[in-house]
Amino acid sequence: MGELAAFVILSAVILVPAVIVVTSRNIVRSALSLVPTFLGVTGLYVMLHAEFVAGIQVLIYAGAITVLILFVIMLTEGGSGTMVRQVTGQVPLGAMAATWLAFLILVTLSRTQWPVAAGPPPQYSVQGIGTAFLTNYVLIFEVTSLVLLISLVGAIVIARREE
Amino acid sequence: MLASAWLIPVLPFLAFWLIVFFGRRLPGEGAYVAIGAMVVDALWSMAILGQALGGRTYEANVVWAVMGGRSVQIGYQIDPLTAVMLNVVTIVGSLIFIYSIGYMHGDPRYPRFFAYMSLFAASMLTLVLANNLLLLYVGWEGVGLCSYLLIGFWFERPAAARASMKAFVTTRVGDLFMFIGILLIFLTVGSLGFPAIFEAVEGGALAGAPLTLAALLLFGGAVGKSAQIPLHVWLPDAMEGPTPVSALIHAATMVAAGVYLVARSYLLFFASPDHGALTVVAYVGGLTALMAATIGVVQTDIKRVMAYSTISQLGYMMMGLGVLGYTAGIFHLMTHAFFKALLFLAAGSVIHAMHTNEMPEMGGLARVMPRTYWTMVIGALALSGIPPFAGFWSKDEILLEAFHHDRVLFWIGLAGAFITAFYVFRMIFVTFSGRLRSAAAHPHESPAVMTVPLMVLAGFSALIGFVGAPWWGNPFHHFVSFEAAEGAAFDPTLALLSTVVGLAGIFTAAAVYYWRWIPSASLRAAAGPLYTLLVRKYYWDEFYQWAVVRPLLWIARRLRIFDIYVIDGAVNAVGMIFVGLTRLYRIFDLYVVDGAVNLVGWVTKTLGAVLRYGQTGAPQNYLLAIALGVILLVIGGIIR
Amino acid sequence: MTVGLTHYLVTSSLLFCLGLFGVLTRRNAVAILMGIELMLNAGNINLIAFNRYVAPGAVSGQIFALVIITLAACEAAVGLALVMAAYRSLETIHVDEINLMKW
Repeated sequence: MGELAAFVILSAVILVPAVIVVTSRNIVRSALSLVPTFLGVTGLYVMLHAEFVAGIQVLIYAGAITVLILFVIMLTEGGSGTMVRQVTGQVPLGAMAATWLAFLILVTLSRTQWPVAAGPPPQYSVQGIGTAFLTNYVLIFEVTSLVLLISLVGAIVIARREE
Repeated sequence: MLASAWLIPVLPFLAFWLIVFFGRRLPGEGAYVAIGAMVVDALWSMAILGQALGGRTYEANVVWAVMGGRSVQIGYQIDPLTAVMLNVVTIVGSLIFIYSIGYMHGDPRYPRFFAYMSLFAASMLTLVLANNLLLLYVGWEGVGLCSYLLIGFWFERPAAARASMKAFVTTRVGDLFMFIGILLIFLTVGSLGFPAIFEAVEGGALAGAPLTLAALLLFGGAVGKSAQIPLHVWLPDAMEGPTPVSALIHAATMVAAGVYLVARSYLLFFASPDHGALTVVAYVGGLTALMAATIGVVQTDIKRVMAYSTISQLGYMMMGLGVLGYTAGIFHLMTHAFFKALLFLAAGSVIHAMHTNEMPEMGGLARVMPRTYWTMVIGALALSGIPPFAGFWSKDEILLEAFHHDRVLFWIGLAGAFITAFYVFRMIFVTFSGRLRSAAAHPHESPAVMTVPLMVLAGFSALIGFVGAPWWGNPFHHFVSFEAAEGAAFDPTLALLSTVVGLAGIFTAAAVYYWRWIPSASLRAAAGPLYTLLVRKYYWDEFYQWAVVRPLLWIARRLRIFDIYVIDGAVNAVGMIFVGLTRLYRIFDLYVVDGAVNLVGWVTKTLGAVLRYGQTGAPQNYLLAIALGVILLVIGGIIR
Repeated sequence: MTVGLTHYLVTSSLLFCLGLFGVLTRRNAVAILMGIELMLNAGNINLIAFNRYVAPGAVSGQIFALVIITLAACEAAVGLALVMAAYRSLETIHVDEINLMKW
């Protein structure tokens, strides 16, 4: 019972600000509404016993990415105000597509029998993740670090002012 | 020698092809090649004659074609008759070829002349060597073709072109009868070889009315080729050809082919009931002899005199064969070949010198052209039947046979002999005696290449008759004879009578034309209508024009209209139909086919113009499309 | 009633569709990127949920989610750098005004 209540509250925390993110005329409000969404997701992760991932979520998403977005809004004209039209002409079709997609996904979900394994929730497992990264998933680990390097260099190169 | 005698016609045939292809590059522009072939053949023929006199004969056959169940064979034979004919054709032919070097000198188509003459020689030799009617007919047609080509040799002259057509068409009528006769024989006997035919006649398989009919049909061909009544009309016109042609073809050889045919198939004529066929042959020959002689009297063209003389003498040969004088007819054929060729060549010499054929323009040529004059006199004496020249022996034998078999024909022949002597010496006197009547001519004797053959032929005309002389048993009669036709014994009274008649004719001609006791003009006036009849040649040509030529032209005009309107109309209609169909097709092509192609293009363009708007360049639109697509796919997946 | 897999999946799908709506309908380039972040988060929720409910003994879901988070960070960095570079030369960050190559 308590779990369900927690779940519903967290979902609300995720979805309602998400609506604000996608519909607000104020770009800054949209950006700031990302924070509760991310934090809600963190909560869900904790409920799912993925504490490490939850921690990383907070650090990266709520911390780095949101700040980055705000910085860019500040450096571009995004924060000039609410008088500018913020939506394209695709709103009706887009809304229709989104709702339909949601509907269909939900229908599909309800019809599918998931192979749920009734097992005990696992222990706190940072060690397991670390070991996996360096044994089974070492390739992904190395490639991901390479991608990080490249995007780091790339972002700097693209964004710097031409002298 | 005898076994390879089939090569005899091949030599001139090869000469023909060589001259056709190489013509002027050959020695003597083809003349020497032709003469070479003929001389070789002449020597060969003399050798064969020698062997035949020794009693040797020969025959060979080869299968030509197999039709149905019957096989058609061709082959050749050597027997006394063939040996004689071979020698006549090749010896006279060689002399005439040599003469032609001079006569045709400078003619622009000189090689072609010798080519045609060689082809003629080849055809004639094939004809006399053949031992079956089919090969004989091949040679028959060949000589007819060459006659056409050579009569019309100077085809730029309309008279020559018309004459060659007339000759060909007229002999064609005769050839048609002959061909029907050949078919009749083939159907009855089953073969065309002479031995088989003679066997059938003796065996009775071919007898009675069919036999007579077949014989008369064959005689029809002979009537055409040998210019007997009623198909004689082509020979005088054939004089449009060069004189050597007249000498060779229309005096010595081709026209003799008809006589040869009757002689070769003599058994068919002999075995017809009551000698019916032979009677027809004899009377046709006799009447022709008399009629042609009378027309010859009034001719002014020197060659026409000789032409009618040829017709007349051929009539004598036919008459001779018809009264069971087999040997007599062939004998006269041989002697006539020599002296008629001589007369023609001599006439050619005169024409060559005077550049005209018309005797009224001539005169007094004896002094200027002695060799021509004397050889021609010898020929004339031979023709008139004056002993000891050749014509006497042969003509006398014919009259002898006629006397014993059909008295009417005897008197006809005798009358003809008188007229013959008259017209030939009329020609001699008008041409050679007196004074030259034409002021413009400059006659001179002909070159040796022309006069030497004349002299050789004169020698033959003088002497060849002795082979049939009675005092050493008439060797010719023993050589060429037909068993059942026993020759009559020599009758000196008859011989004297014919000689007197001949001399009377000469005397009468001298009276009118040499001593001028009776001017020819008064004779003409006295004869009046008879003279007109003779000049108009008994209106034969007018009759044919009215009875044959005009109806045919009428039919031809009707057919032409039919051809233009009906046949051409049908063809044009088909053409118009197709043109109309083409127009329809064009419309179809324009609107349907082109329309379809254009439609494809238009669709593509329009589709492109429409689809262009889907490429907005904005990824948000693309993402929307993707989302919608996914939705559709999922719906599709769910519905399934 | 316990919270089952389906609940998490519902939440993530709704979050995904909201993110899609944002990508499709916003003019501001940064707003589009924000929508993309929402979609990525939805995917992460799915992964972790499946990891927990379908294969509790494995860590592969979490590994995958961690990698996605890393890549999302990279992508956001590069993308925002692009937005800044575009703003510097084109004076706008509204995607429908960036149409130099449009026909």
